Order: sequence, then structure tokens, then C-alpha cells
Amino acid sequence: MADTKEMKKALFGPILDSNPIALHILGICSALAITTKLETALVMSLALTAVCAFSNLFISLIRNHIPSSVRIIIQMTIIASLVIVVDQILKAYSYEISKQLSVFVGLIITNCIVMGRAEAYAMKSPPGMSFLDGLGNGLGYSFVLIIIGTIKELAGFGTLLGFEILPLVTNGGWYQGNGLLILPFSSFFLIGGLIWFIRTIRPEQVEPKE
Amino acid sequence: MSAKKETLGKTVGVVVAVCLVCSIIVSGAAVGLRELQQTNAALDKQSNILTAAGLLSEVKTKEDIAIVYDAKVEERFVNLETGEYVANPAEGEGKPYDMYGRVSKAAATSTKIEGSPAGFSRRANIANIYLIKDESGSVTRIILPVHGSGLWDLMYGFLALDADGQTIRELIYYQHKETPGLGGEIQNPDWQKKWDGKQLFNNGSVAIEVNKGDNKDDLYAVDALSGATLTSNGVENSLQFWAGENGFGAYLKKQSWKS
Repeated sequence: MADTKEMKKALFGPILDSNPIALHILGICSALAITTKLETALVMSLALTAVCAFSNLFISLIRNHIPSSVRIIIQMTIIASLVIVVDQILKAYSYEISKQLSVFVGLIITNCIVMGRAEAYAMKSPPGMSFLDGLGNGLGYSFVLIIIGTIKELAGFGTLLGFEILPLVTNGGWYQGNGLLILPFSSFFLIGGLIWFIRTIRPEQVEPKE
Repeated sequence: MSAKKETLGKTVGVVVAVCLVCSIIVSGAAVGLRELQQTNAALDKQSNILTAAGLLSEVKTKEDIAIVYDAKVEERFVNLETGEYVANPAEGEGKPYDMYGRVSKAAATSTKIEGSPAGFSRRANIANIYLIKDESGSVTRIILPVHGSGLWDLMYGFLALDADGQTIRELIYYQHKETPGLGGEIQNPDWQKKWDGKQLFNNGSVAIEVNKGDNKDDLYAVDALSGATLTSNGVENSLQFWAGENGFGAYLKKQSWKS
């Protein structure tokens, strides 16, 4: 079993030091689409973290039995099953949000973060560490989504989790909602800004000039 | 990585085992959670009917949905060919009547539609509609189920009409697979508002259209969604079908709710 330091690195490393979105630029599609409201961003984060952690765990458990010729297919099968289970649970316990997330829960199957961690880490590492690594990468994804979701919902609608923070002009307040930030593509600027910020405090992440 | 791992038998064995375990988990989740999901879907349908009825402001909590629904909404069944009310075709079956389910495919309970632009080839003979009543018991709104194909799949919605049978109040889509942000905008409240006050018929013939342009003063046209031409066409086609003689045309002419 790995020591505590290594476990910490697997769990918290992906938040700042090797963030899957900010450093590896993976999983951008869903990060653009579902961050308009903080609530959907939170649920999506939870769903992806759960899928990533458990797919890593299960793949790592059977890693010595997976024939390398069909390994990607087996990984996909496991990931897809977990995503369907998550989707069913969402439909049963939070129907409204599952409607808003619509296709994006299903698209976790093709999320590069889950697949990437399974292939790059879980295939070579023991189950415990793989689980932590999946959890950590899920947290890294959540970290970015929650920041973007907070900025977008606050600036776009003047609310957080549906509670009014900045009263909108249309509701008799003073705040004019920023229409640009409601649109999915505005996440590009925000994620770009976030990457710039992270690389300023962690200069070692900057790629060398070609 | 031992070389033994790559025998054909083992590969097939592992694949079969993984598939078996995964399918058990998936079907377990689907069956175990089905009841909760159906309750949610039923509640969602009721709240959509209340939205179409303009009664959603009376609903404060989740429990209110069923209470307000029971107090104000009356479900009736209409024979589409004659436009007359009929008894509940699913009476005593223990399941609510579903005009989109098996009923719409069986030859005995459905009619083939030739060359329908709405994207389906058969429709049920009997439709369930919803009447909204005020305290004195007179009908204030009629809510008709409408569906038709959009870009990806059939879109299901409710069309709310005034008691005159031709002024549109709401068009609410509750189930569709249109692209979020483009065709998915049929659920955007701003677009839904544009339907308020439009007329379904002009001199007795179906006149409602969805086309480009502001159409603010046009009583018979609604601005199409930008970037979603096929979805907009689908909305137009389904409304024209359901207002026409194959849809609720006979019922709306007869105005049976007034008697």
C-alpha cells in the first residue's frame, strides 16, 4: 500500500498541480455546456467524480485480467454501465436536474478525463490508489466547474443556486445581467482566464516554447 | 504482462464476464428505480399541464401540484374523428390512458395518417385532453396534447387555448431531444411567451405559422428559432396537423366544452 504522501498527491494533486481541465485541457465540452447554473455544475461534478472514481476502481481490480487487445472496449463497457446507473439515479431522485443535464450525463461516457485516467492510471496501479486518483481527478474537474458555474450564474442571472444575490433590473433591482456569460461559449474566456491564473502561481505548468 | 493473457479463450471469457456483470448492474438499477422515475414523470406531466393552464403561480411546494391539479383540471377523452367526448378507454385497466403508447400503434385503436408532415404514421383515435375550470365550473382553458417530429425525435407538448377554441395562450414542450441551446430553445420562456394571443384559425381554416421575422403584430405567425429551422418547421407542422381535420379540428369546431 502506498504511503500517505503518495495518497495525498493522488487525491489533491489533480486540483491545482495537474488539473485535468486546466493542465491537460480535457473534458472541455461539458465544462462549456452545463456551467450556466451552479446547481447543474454541482450535480455534473458529483456525477463525473463518482463515475471516474468507481470506473478507476473496477478497472484497476480486474486490470491483470484485461486482455490488452480489447482493453479499451472493456474500459468503455464499465464506464458506460456506471454512467447509465448514475443517469437512472438522477432520474429517480432529482428529475428536474436530470432534465436540464439532458444528454450531458450520457456524454460522461466519452469524457476524456474518465477514459484518460482509466487508461493512464488504473491499468497500472492498485485499486486503492486508482480510486483516489479517480476521486482526485473528479475533484479537479469539479473545482473548475464550480468556479466557472459560480461566476456565470452570479454575473449572468444575479443568483447563486437560485437565490437572488444581485437583484436584476427586470425584477426591480439594480443589476443588469450579463447576457454574454449565460451563453455556453463564454466558458472559453473563463477557463482561459483560470488557466492563466493557475500558470501564474504554478509557472512550471507553462509549456516550453517550441 | 504475461504472454498467456492473450489466448482467444481468455479474451472471450473476460469480455463475456464483464458484459454479464455490467448488464446485471444496469438492469438492476433500471428495474429498482423504475417506480420512483414513473412517479417523477407523472408529477412532471401534471406540473406541465398546470404551466400550460397558467396555474403554476398557485403552486408553492411539490405537494401543491397534485392538490391544484385535482381541484382545477379535468381530464376528458375525445374521439378525434367525431370531436365528441367518450368514456375513458382505459377504464378499469389500472393504468392511465396513454395516447402515445401501444394505443397509437394497434390497428383497432389508431388511424393511419397518409403523408403527414408531422412525422408519425399513425395516431390514436382517442385523445386525452384537459379542461381547466374556474370556481363556477365553466371552462377557462382547453389543453390539447400535441406532438410531432423535430430535428432528432418526436417532440411532445401541450397547447393551451382559450375557451373560444382558437386563441393560443401557451405552447409548452415537456419532452423532446432537440439540441440544447438551438432547438432546445422551444422551452425558453421568452419564446413560449410569443405564443400568447396568437390565433390558430383564420376564417375557419388553420392559419398558424412559424416563420422568420418579428411577427409581433401578426396574429397568425410566431418568430422561428434562429439556428433551429428544422425544429421550428417541426413545431409548425405539428400544430397545423393537430389543429387540422386529422387532429382536433372536429373537436374545436364542435366546441363540446361549452355545453
